[in-house]
Amino acid sequence: MRFIFKTDYDQDIRLFKHGGQKFWYGVLLLALVAAPWLMPEYFLAQLSFILIYGIVGLGLMLLSGYTGLISLGHAAFLAVGAYTEAFLAARGWPFPLSLVGAAVLAAATGIVVGLPALRVKGIYLAIATMAFGFIVEEVLARWESVTGGNSGRSVGHLQIFGWKADSEASFYYVALVVAALVTVGILNLLRAPTGRAFVAIRDSEISARSMGISLARYKTTSFALSAAITGIAGALYAHKLRILTPDQFTIMQSIEMLMMIVVGGIGSVHGAFFGAAFVIALPQVIALVKDYLPAAIGQATGLQPTVFGLVLVGFILLEPYGIYGRWLKVRTYFQLFPLYRRGLFKRQKAFMKSERLR
Amino acid sequence: MNSPMLSVEGLSVAFGGVKAVADVSFEVNTGEVFTLIGPNGAGKTTIFNAISLIVPASGRIRFDGRDLMTLAPHQVAKLGIARTFQNIELFEQATVLQNLLIGRHVHRRATLAAELLFLPSVRREEHEFREAVEKVIDFLDLAHYRDQLVHGLPYGVRKVVELARALATGPRLLLLDEPSSGLNVEETDDMAFWIHDIQRDLGITVLMVEHDMGLVSKVSTRVLALNHGEMLAQGTAAEVQSHPGVVEAYLGVAEVT
Repeated sequence: MRFIFKTDYDQDIRLFKHGGQKFWYGVLLLALVAAPWLMPEYFLAQLSFILIYGIVGLGLMLLSGYTGLISLGHAAFLAVGAYTEAFLAARGWPFPLSLVGAAVLAAATGIVVGLPALRVKGIYLAIATMAFGFIVEEVLARWESVTGGNSGRSVGHLQIFGWKADSEASFYYVALVVAALVTVGILNLLRAPTGRAFVAIRDSEISARSMGISLARYKTTSFALSAAITGIAGALYAHKLRILTPDQFTIMQSIEMLMMIVVGGIGSVHGAFFGAAFVIALPQVIALVKDYLPAAIGQATGLQPTVFGLVLVGFILLEPYGIYGRWLKVRTYFQLFPLYRRGLFKRQKAFMKSERLR
Repeated sequence: MNSPMLSVEGLSVAFGGVKAVADVSFEVNTGEVFTLIGPNGAGKTTIFNAISLIVPASGRIRFDGRDLMTLAPHQVAKLGIARTFQNIELFEQATVLQNLLIGRHVHRRATLAAELLFLPSVRREEHEFREAVEKVIDFLDLAHYRDQLVHGLPYGVRKVVELARALATGPRLLLLDEPSSGLNVEETDDMAFWIHDIQRDLGITVLMVEHDMGLVSKVSTRVLALNHGEMLAQGTAAEVQSHPGVVEAYLGVAEVT
């Protein structure tokens, strides 16, 4: 167990709270940089997907986890980012520029969708964003001159001023850099007034307002940023898949994104990446296990959605803070070893329950 | 001294057909503790909500000669008016420190882009915020709870945290909605000391709603009694307490036989 004696404001502000964190995140970064040498190409591709989904998770986490606004239409922002990238890349824009283009257009869409968010909350917002998702899906299918309609639109390799990311490893590095930049940006935002304003809106709108936080401004900001980040992920997604069709951006995709942050751990940056890893890994695990199951279960249609649903229900019932919550407990166990008590995290839960009964 | 900081003229609030506040006027002078009392449903909290622009009201509310009614709700804090809530409206999933830092929001200067990059200017601003917040933590003895989540704190402490958050905004007028409700005798005494210190040492004008007459008479400069949204009596705590109309409102009329 480590006790930190605070003598400086910067100790609260800096991203790494102590040397141990610096060391372990350094190890993680080294491992990520070395990954192309450590694993076969197939797994590297999966890792790229985890990074892309992780970015999506960060975007949605900012909106739902930190600002408390639910969205069932996030696949639409992913689509806006992906198709914008496809469109601009085809016109020869270098990736950094087209990435900004994708982010800006997605942010603009986010603002348009965010406007109803100023008036509606909770389930009504979910319905509004879901409707928006359907509209975008429909537009993708009909606006054939730009999107290629239902037959899809192919996307070239990612290229930056003549350099082409045409191998698995080179694409992975681009994704890694983008994911790292977005993560640092989010962490910066969360330790600054804007991040705190988001949390304030999530926890109590009425007192956020009496603290001088303009709900309209910050909710719109949150929507715009969330959409921009998701759009950035969309741009990477376009180059990863190389072909875009409207059926990749359906309501199911939006629900999967929401599930990702709930399973990962709502309200934490770690949770976005944990959730992404989970969403990518689960189908692989199912595919592996499938053959060993009795045919009635293993070959059943809809096995994957069923397992996803069960896992989601399980998490909500047993571990509301998701994989990140579990991770904190395991870490505390080792930090306190052998003094960890089973009830260590119980008290807060009991308190919450009595509050709920009110 | 004695120039009115806040003046309320002919304030009325109606919910549907119910008149929650009817034609209430009063003035709060700079440097005083002004208390609103009255039985349940007298419209005290509604007056607070009207001043924070949470409920639509008619009449006129002026702060430093400026008409509040023309502003948006979030702009009230910027003028230097901070408030607490009767049922505690803290940011539950944040630490005490973060709650107080949110209180500094009105002093934010950094732009979004600067925050994303966490430029040195943002860091400097954070230092300023923390310095101001640590003073409040020190003032209200909250150092022990500094890094704890609000959501696990006992009721009495949350009440103090809410007061601290209001103070962190650096207000000139503090609206306290039942600061002693739910507190035990000892905590209520502490609250009385703090309100006194806030008025005297920090020079902040206080407008409060309170039921505990012990606390009211200890700290109030002037008291206004309300009943059914109407003004009953105004004066010092002792004067108001002995006013026949107030006694009637609280205890009922003795039946004359």
